[in-house]
Amino acid sequence: MSRAQAPRRGALRRGRRALGRNKLGAFGAILVLTAFFLAVCAPLLTQYAPTDVIRDAAGHGMTFAPPWEHGPLGTDDAGRDVWTQLVYGARISLTVAVLAGFIAMFIGSTVGITAGFVGGRADTGLMRVTDVLLVIPDLPLMLVLIATLRQMDLHVSPLAVLIVVIGLLYWTSTARLIRSQVLTVKERQFVDRSRAIGAGRIHIVRRRILPQIMPLIVVNTVLILSTAILVESGLAFLGFGDPTQPSWGTMLNFAFDRSAITNGAWWFYLPPGIAIVWVVLGFALLGNVMEERLNPRLAGHHLEGGKDMVSVQDVTEA
Amino acid sequence: MTASPLLSVRHLTTEFRLDDGQVARALEDVSFDVLPSQTVGLVGESGCGKTTTVLSVMRLLPGNAQITGGTVLFRDTDLLTLGEPEMRRHRWKDIAIVFQGAMNALNPVMKIADQVREPILQHDLMDRFAADRRVDELLELVGIPRARRNQYPHQFSGGMRQRAMIAMALACSPDLLFADEPTTALDVMIQAQVFELFKRIQAELGLAIVLVTHDLGIVAEMCDVVVVMYGGMVAEVGPVDAVYNEPQHPYTQRLLAAFPDPSLAADLPAGGQDLATIPGTPPRLNALPPGCRFEPRCDRRMDRCREASPALVDVAVTGSGSTHRAACHLLGGRETGGPEAGGA
Amino acid sequence: MTTDPILEVRDLAVEFPLRQGIGDLVHRRPPRVVTAVDDVSFSLDPGEVLALAGESGCGKTTIARTLIGLGTATRGEILFKGRRVGGDPAEGPAISLKELRQKAQIMFQDPYESLDPRATIMDIVAEPLVVHGLAASEEQRLDRVVRALEEAGLRPADDYLRRRPHELSGGQRQRVVIASALVLEPDLLLADEPLSMLDVSIRAEILNLLNGLRRSRGISILFITHDLGIVGHFADRLAVMYLGRIVEMGPTRAVLHDPQHPYTRALLSVVPVPNPRLRRTPVILQGETPNPVDLPAGCRFHPRCPIAVEACRVTEPDLAWVRDAHRVACLLVAGASGDDAAARLPVDHAEG
Repeated sequence: MSRAQAPRRGALRRGRRALGRNKLGAFGAILVLTAFFLAVCAPLLTQYAPTDVIRDAAGHGMTFAPPWEHGPLGTDDAGRDVWTQLVYGARISLTVAVLAGFIAMFIGSTVGITAGFVGGRADTGLMRVTDVLLVIPDLPLMLVLIATLRQMDLHVSPLAVLIVVIGLLYWTSTARLIRSQVLTVKERQFVDRSRAIGAGRIHIVRRRILPQIMPLIVVNTVLILSTAILVESGLAFLGFGDPTQPSWGTMLNFAFDRSAITNGAWWFYLPPGIAIVWVVLGFALLGNVMEERLNPRLAGHHLEGGKDMVSVQDVTEA
Repeated sequence: MTASPLLSVRHLTTEFRLDDGQVARALEDVSFDVLPSQTVGLVGESGCGKTTTVLSVMRLLPGNAQITGGTVLFRDTDLLTLGEPEMRRHRWKDIAIVFQGAMNALNPVMKIADQVREPILQHDLMDRFAADRRVDELLELVGIPRARRNQYPHQFSGGMRQRAMIAMALACSPDLLFADEPTTALDVMIQAQVFELFKRIQAELGLAIVLVTHDLGIVAEMCDVVVVMYGGMVAEVGPVDAVYNEPQHPYTQRLLAAFPDPSLAADLPAGGQDLATIPGTPPRLNALPPGCRFEPRCDRRMDRCREASPALVDVAVTGSGSTHRAACHLLGGRETGGPEAGGA
Repeated sequence: MTTDPILEVRDLAVEFPLRQGIGDLVHRRPPRVVTAVDDVSFSLDPGEVLALAGESGCGKTTIARTLIGLGTATRGEILFKGRRVGGDPAEGPAISLKELRQKAQIMFQDPYESLDPRATIMDIVAEPLVVHGLAASEEQRLDRVVRALEEAGLRPADDYLRRRPHELSGGQRQRVVIASALVLEPDLLLADEPLSMLDVSIRAEILNLLNGLRRSRGISILFITHDLGIVGHFADRLAVMYLGRIVEMGPTRAVLHDPQHPYTRALLSVVPVPNPRLRRTPVILQGETPNPVDLPAGCRFHPRCPIAVEACRVTEPDLAWVRDAHRVACLLVAGASGDDAAARLPVDHAEG
């Protein structure tokens, strides 16, 4: 490693330290990490498959068995283990959310950077598109898109449809945010300096602008993930998920459709609901704390400004 | 015949608590006097403690700072012993301040006249109508046309906004005005206008002014007495004429040498001439040496200088009542410590 | 032996159109313009330092930015080593902006803002090399960066490479800026108020550094400043600007010792001098520099000029020779012999 490359590690260290300092953020991180842990280690956490029917000693399927009869979370209307469905459902929920979130982040960042940096007609055009999408109500638009895509018989999994649709609609707030930040950074003197040196647009965006807005992008992505899970769960609850690959939202959908409530089988509808809240809360807390911590750094170090009280250098000038 | 000082700062010591728990001694044993109607210049480079001195006297330090020693006598009251409500009564009525970058301290949604009137009403000095008349007087004093009294800050230029700040500072007829780098952001011609204004105000109101600046030229033109600060301590203090023409402290000597004199520029050789510089860097206030703070950069240092910090010692007593003093072992000074050191 | 000037600026004008309101558009009024720079001409020889001095809004920074391509000239020509900048090759030797930016570098005023807070010193100083595709290998880059840093007074360079700007003091940052300007071995340096945000003793150091570079490398420097106190130590020639025009230009000593233009005389009379015994009568101009949008007719200085006469309201004076290389744009001075002119202007300095 060349001697000029060490500082990148420093940024990570600073980020981790920043998290550590704030308990809410740590709490949020724990929530998120446990959810991912569940998803990743699903096969290790349960001996069953989501479709296995649990049978009692006599061979009958144990439908709506409460947790004290078959732990830890009982069974659903067809006798399938709820805990198994929960941990495997984590995989689906999180995968959809993460993929959709990243698509949204990618589109949003690209649009925001282009609009902010290039300006002019490109900016106006992109912002009009953004405005239109912001104005149209999300849910009806998504339902229409999903229905249309399904009609088209594209032979893609319903989950892929969900991912694409969520990704295509949730980039707008990111775009606006990033655009305004780019507009600010663009006017700073160190960008002028790069221009005066002769740097082209790509160099300036990559080396001067991107590092400044990266914290904003990261924070925004985390917050989008929070929204994406909620949206995915909602859509799945409405029945637009993949029944063969149930997410938490789908579980809620089943619970609703198959009379879990009237049967009092709370162990079927509460766990997925709590799980959704768990993860959404986790991402939201994480995102909010990261925003507080990372944003001030966009402005520079707190000892800057020429009014240094403590002399900051320990090397003497020649 | 020495007049009784309006402000007498003695052995002022202020400490800051840093983020990592360390303590920085921003001020140590700072002493100087301000006589009525006198202009005192507080001069030094960044980090020397001049602004901290002003904030300490006004008791406007931030939360992580603490005054740990000394007295600040305003007439006969030690301001450091006052509680906050009593201190507030002195602020603005007796001592006012014009900050650096004051232009940005104006409330953008309030008319200028209203902002100038605010301190008058807050200090309960007179009723609304009398206050309005006073505002008109003040605006006239600082040269803001009457017709513009109801405009907003954004409609004023930098120089005009600074005048508005000065009007606000004078609203309650203080006896002492602190001006912290009042013209740093202004053009040289506007600066000249502002200083002309200060001189006129002083003549009319008998105001004492403490001018904080890094510009040795301004001090020479405006001030009667100069306090040269370095690393949180007073290096040299005395009548401007004495300090400029016979500087005793090595730092003062080098600072004066490093400051270009435009009136001599015409005599410089073609091809330019290097300015004198001061090698090294200012001390870190959280890791101060036990001896003289300037010692590492001084070219006339002795062994004594590393061991003990020199106290202010008289160089000469002039008739004007302001003594020329410097803190340097070369003058045969005693070590610091003990309340007997110092005194006008 | 005559050497061709490194930089020649001819009748440069830079105007910024103001945005029009609905009323303007409806009535089809032509857009109003801010004339930041108006018919400015000067030249700079190799190894020479020309100071462009004036108060804020006089156009000096706009000139520097236009020269380096951060702004566009509305009219006029810029020649670098005899080649027109951004000109049409068919009309004569031209130089591309890209090539100009290898030979000419700009240094900004604010050492806290002109460096990317997230970049390392190595990145910052190597940037010109990277942008222009020079020094292909990492070792070559490192070598040139180290040499530039050391020449700028940051020794040992190794200690600085991995640091970020916020870890350095203002003076050290300006040295980094200078190093990044040196790394391409330029012929011309545009220094836009490089000292005004530094402490007194640090200013002296940086000034000496620039002086040293001028002597050792023969770099020409266009030194933009509002501080008339410093120019004597550094500049060979001095040009004083007001509202977009050069009002006086000549050898520094001549302009400082014997200023001809009433604006220059007023400025010099109010520049603070660190000499308490100096007695002089300051000429304090009233009011502020007017808005460049509404320029007065005739000489643009006449509303504030202490010696203005009727003719000044009508005619805008051009720069005319007073003596030797000393030129002034003033109806009351231009063309007259030295003695006459001096006799007509108020005497305003006496050494104490």
